Amino acid sequence: MHKRLWALILVGFAGCSSSDEVQLLNASYDPTRELWRHINRAFAADYHAKTGARVVIRQSHGGSGSQARTIIDGLDADVATLATWYDTDAMRRKGLMPAGWEERLPERSLPFYSTIVFVVRKGNPKNIRDWPDLIKPDVSVITPNPMTSGNGKLSFLAAWGAVRHRGGSAADAETYIAKLYGNVLALDTAARGATVTFAQRNLGDVHITWENEAHLEVKESRGRVEIVYPPISIKAEPHVAVVDANVDRKGTRAAAEAYMAFLYTDEGQEIIGKHHYRPINAEIRKKYTALQDIELFSLSSFVTGWDEAQSRFFSDGGVFDRIYARKAR
Amino acid sequence: MAAVNRRVLPGFGLSLGTTLFYLCLVVLIPLSAAFLKSATLTWDDFWGAVFTERALSAYALTFGASLAAAIINAVVGFLLAWVLVRYEFPLKRLFDALIDLPFALPTAVAGLVYSSLYASNGWFGQFLAPLGIEGAYSKLGIVLVLTFTGLPFVVRTIQPVLKDLDPEMEEAAASLGATRWQTFRWVIFPALLPALLTGFALAFARALGEYGSVVFIAGNMPFRTEIAPVLIVGRLEAFQYAEATALAVVLLIISFILLAIINLLQRWSNTDGK
Repeated sequence: MHKRLWALILVGFAGCSSSDEVQLLNASYDPTRELWRHINRAFAADYHAKTGARVVIRQSHGGSGSQARTIIDGLDADVATLATWYDTDAMRRKGLMPAGWEERLPERSLPFYSTIVFVVRKGNPKNIRDWPDLIKPDVSVITPNPMTSGNGKLSFLAAWGAVRHRGGSAADAETYIAKLYGNVLALDTAARGATVTFAQRNLGDVHITWENEAHLEVKESRGRVEIVYPPISIKAEPHVAVVDANVDRKGTRAAAEAYMAFLYTDEGQEIIGKHHYRPINAEIRKKYTALQDIELFSLSSFVTGWDEAQSRFFSDGGVFDRIYARKAR
Repeated sequence: MAAVNRRVLPGFGLSLGTTLFYLCLVVLIPLSAAFLKSATLTWDDFWGAVFTERALSAYALTFGASLAAAIINAVVGFLLAWVLVRYEFPLKRLFDALIDLPFALPTAVAGLVYSSLYASNGWFGQFLAPLGIEGAYSKLGIVLVLTFTGLPFVVRTIQPVLKDLDPEMEEAAASLGATRWQTFRWVIFPALLPALLTGFALAFARALGEYGSVVFIAGNMPFRTEIAPVLIVGRLEAFQYAEATALAVVLLIISFILLAIINLLQRWSNTDGK
């Protein structure tokens, strides 16, 4: 209720700006700040050149789930660019977007995709190459909490899927996951917290994280950590979407749709690649060789979708609960 | 009501009205909203959400660690207040000012600093690790940051009372043949007890709600170092608003009962011997 009030105040502020200027708000997940800042600059110039109108884009960042929640509670975001389909679809469940929203933009609303990789200490002293190496007894693992972090959820699903994709049963996968989380030193509540624990505090032998975060982490560590690509991992799909309820109320649909369409242009795709996300355009994707070609499996290869993943793995009494309950006894 | 207003200060009606309105607006209405939200669950769903094994161990940890931290703060805070009031030493003003720092510092910063100090490769942690003591990512780490965030309460509630305590009472006790211990036990301590209990209650309540610092040092392992507020955030991330508020309601009720008990103790200690 009170969130609605805030939304009204924000809209009020937006109304004060000059009228030939369009204001858009992009609500995104945590590690995408640099990407969107770069995209926004390029899009504003492009939009001005094509239409003569000026567009100003504000960004909002936070945990993917909590961003979806603030939009549902009244944040007037024009576009939502969240980490998981589940979070974006929560807005559809609350009536902010129609069913089938993911079919409205090209490539199932995926201008880019990403994956989950490992970051290890310089020289890879524990010789970590692949998922099975993570459950060796002397390896300690850093990954965020799957209950509270999108990164944590995808890391969990990547580990589970890696077992299933190689022919393991669900029981094998659960045994593997139990051992893996037995090696986890700390479950930070968000992706950045886990990065601090691993890179700044020097705890743990391997950090399971987003590919783009991994590249940033390596760059900022000045050679103290390095990336390891496992042979297989999950295909992370951060869908982008126009939030219908908000753009229709604000009258910003045209600009918001142009903004999303810009992501698929060559210019947009190049920026995406430069920030270590995988461009959907195969030609441009090829240029970014730092994003190694590994086998990517999709979530749907081992569950029916995010709804099942959420209820089976992360709900009360789900797999994540069970592996710790077993350890506690 | 008598027609003549016999109160010394005017404006009783207005100030009472303002107080009640303000308390409702700031405390009661938001908390009632939490109760109402959790009431959207059926009784079985409520029960299932708040009494899972994992939630039970989280409550136990939240209340246990808060209690431990409040007890440490009561003992150490008493000593600190004593030293700051009764003794003169260089840089006393500086140390006195340091006491308030935990209030000013964002608690996330405290959590980050403590976890880097007490991690197995940190300044303190490296000496604890060979002894088999885990400073960070353990229950001990949670108690440490809660002690930090609650430190000012006991010191600041005892200090003014101790300052006002007339040294002549102690001299009188001594001249009547009381030993030092007897003077402390029967003269000083009873006078300070209400303030000590207030400080203890404040430190305890503060620790119950603490989130920012704890999540950085706890490691948040289910059944081991996961506090109840982390579970609440986890439920919110799954868009289970009602389940999240149900957990919050349980925390609120237990907190309220415990604080009421402490308040009763305090009243009892106030009237005792008078």
